[in-house]
Amino acid sequence: MGRVLVYAETRDGELRPVASEALSAGCELADQLGEAVDAFTLGPEGMARRAAELGRNGAERVFVAEDPSFSHYSADAALRLLEELNGRDSYSAIVFPASAQGKDLAPRAAARLDRGLATDVISLGVDGGRPVATRPMFAGKAEATVEFSELPAMISVRPNVFRPQERSAAGSVEVIDVASSPAREFVRAVELGEREALDVSEAGIVVSGGRGMKDPENWALLEDLVDALGDSATLGASRAVVDAGWRPHAEQVGQTGKVVSPTLYFAVGISGAIQHLAGMRTAKTIVAINKDAEAPIFNIADFGLVGDLFDVLPALAAEIRRVRAEG
Amino acid sequence: MLLSVKSIVCIKRVPDSEARIRVAADGTGIDPSGVKFVMNPYDEFALEEAIRLREASGSGSVTAISVGPEEAKETLRTALATGADEAVLLKADGSTDGLAVARALAEEIGGREYDLIFFGKQAIDDDNMQVPAMVAELLELPCATVVVGLDVADGRAVARREIEGGHEVVEFDLPAVIGAQKGLNEPRYPSLKGIMAAKKKPLEVRDISLPEPKVRIRELREPPPRTEGEVVGEGVEAVPELVRRLRDRALI
Ligand SMILES: Cc1cc2nc3c(=O)[nH]c(=O)nc-3n(C[C@H](O)[C@H](O)[C@H](O)COP(=O)(O)OP(=O)(O)OC[C@H]3O[C@@H](n4cnc5c(N)ncnc54)[C@H](O)[C@@H]3O)c2cc1C
Ligand SMILES: Nc1ncnc2c1ncn2[C@@H]1O[C@H](COP(=O)(O)O)[C@@H](O)[C@H]1O
Repeated sequence: MGRVLVYAETRDGELRPVASEALSAGCELADQLGEAVDAFTLGPEGMARRAAELGRNGAERVFVAEDPSFSHYSADAALRLLEELNGRDSYSAIVFPASAQGKDLAPRAAARLDRGLATDVISLGVDGGRPVATRPMFAGKAEATVEFSELPAMISVRPNVFRPQERSAAGSVEVIDVASSPAREFVRAVELGEREALDVSEAGIVVSGGRGMKDPENWALLEDLVDALGDSATLGASRAVVDAGWRPHAEQVGQTGKVVSPTLYFAVGISGAIQHLAGMRTAKTIVAINKDAEAPIFNIADFGLVGDLFDVLPALAAEIRRVRAEG
Repeated sequence: MLLSVKSIVCIKRVPDSEARIRVAADGTGIDPSGVKFVMNPYDEFALEEAIRLREASGSGSVTAISVGPEEAKETLRTALATGADEAVLLKADGSTDGLAVARALAEEIGGREYDLIFFGKQAIDDDNMQVPAMVAELLELPCATVVVGLDVADGRAVARREIEGGHEVVEFDLPAVIGAQKGLNEPRYPSLKGIMAAKKKPLEVRDISLPEPKVRIRELREPPPRTEGEVVGEGVEAVPELVRRLRDRALI
């Protein structure tokens, strides 16, 4: 009987939100397989204590490696821990978040274990007792269901797709000694911008502006809308405005930017080019604000508002503040 | 000091990002008819970085390698025209299994001399984001993925990687693997002179057979259509209605 293993990502000794998402994906799969879920994580001293909370997201056993250097990502150390665990138990699947860290680690792990990897998975199932995964391909222009010839199936799950779930499991913690060196790469520094907490790929609400904004100074209007929407909102951008130097590349949504799946996506002054849609078509709800009623963005928007964004944005921020204040 | 930098650049031929994708009759691949194929956009950043390092060091080399069908020769020809010195096509029907491709590339690269192996961060057809880190693992090399800045000196490199909310600065020894992200540089395009010169540059074609895939596409289909949306209204007057709809869905 197999088990499902989940990589719980940390930064600076804190579990990241994608850790509980990956865990909920792991639980979904394990439920269908009739198996239990383990988690593994790395961090500085004290990590074992904090990792126990993974039990509340369904981890029966939590394996932790501690070292001062693990406040930064260490692929080599994570791989050593993973190999140790994979040698002890038979896993049907190993689940990673498709975050920056997870997308770096999962393929290394797959090569190390000589197993196939499905990246950016959006749903998981079981067929004939084996995991199957669904993932977008061709920038979301197609969707594939894939199967694995050998287990464990290696899977990375797209952020914001699997909602963290409260479910109690033992969460028993075992600390495992993993050498911090040798390491092939050494993280010298992590430089975070002001919006450190909320990357566009991880925010619950994204407010994206396009060329229709006319001038970088007009972003004050979008910032105000973000502010009105609260702590889960952040800014995004189309490539046109990133190329123009109005906004940083980190905010770009689309084929050559980030893929986002927020619960709510605002496309403001964005036409809806196919490469932009590639990055946001899996958002739960899409709102488009555009003065051109024929703009292609309206074809995929749940709610469209045809109008001049310079009139609409201030009114929208004010109305949202009003209803939120009503509670 | 840069004495000489030998780079290998892995390049994939992919459908243009504008291409309409239709699922082929067998339901596991795409119908290539009428589709324009190009060099994977991220591989352009990889190629540019390799050419710049050779130029900056005054010597060295850039070798472009692709796994793909006969037609991928055109893509490699473009790489030669852009500035690569030589190219190798490992001829095989492509595979959507990252590990199978990584093994073929690692085997070819393993027998060569190099300081850096450049990849795009992602191929825009399979969207796997696998091959660079897998090749690094198979060759037991240091690796930096999603790189937007790179400094190379004295057998060591410092790379800036994109992470959520900022950047991670990583340091490692050469030889190493780099996965190039947009922002690393501004790729040049082939000049007429380059296109002429490319005709005389070596382009080797060798048949290979790829390992059995470990992940297999069982079904490829069009994505489920989004539920029909609606225009809630025009101008400022429609704002309360829009907000009411969002409220109904408990979104705000
Ligand atoms: C290989 C490749 C990769 C690409 N990757 C990406 C990517 O990752 N992300 C991306 O976004 N694009 C990408 N693109 C570019 C894409 O094709 C489009 O050019 C781009 O998305 C257009 O940006 P936009 O919608 O902001 O600008 P436009 O297409 O110019 O649209 C501006 C919109 O604003 C509206 N507007 C103007 N004024 C107002 C007003 N006052 N009020 C309301 N609406 C107004 C207009 O009606 C129009 O619809 C890529 C292209 C290629 C070739
Ligand atoms: N068939 C291939 N031939 C050469 N390089 C490839 C091939 N497939 C992928 N790569 C390289 O690996 C990168 C990432 O691809 P992928 O892992 O498929 O998303 C690409 O940008 C290429 O640099």
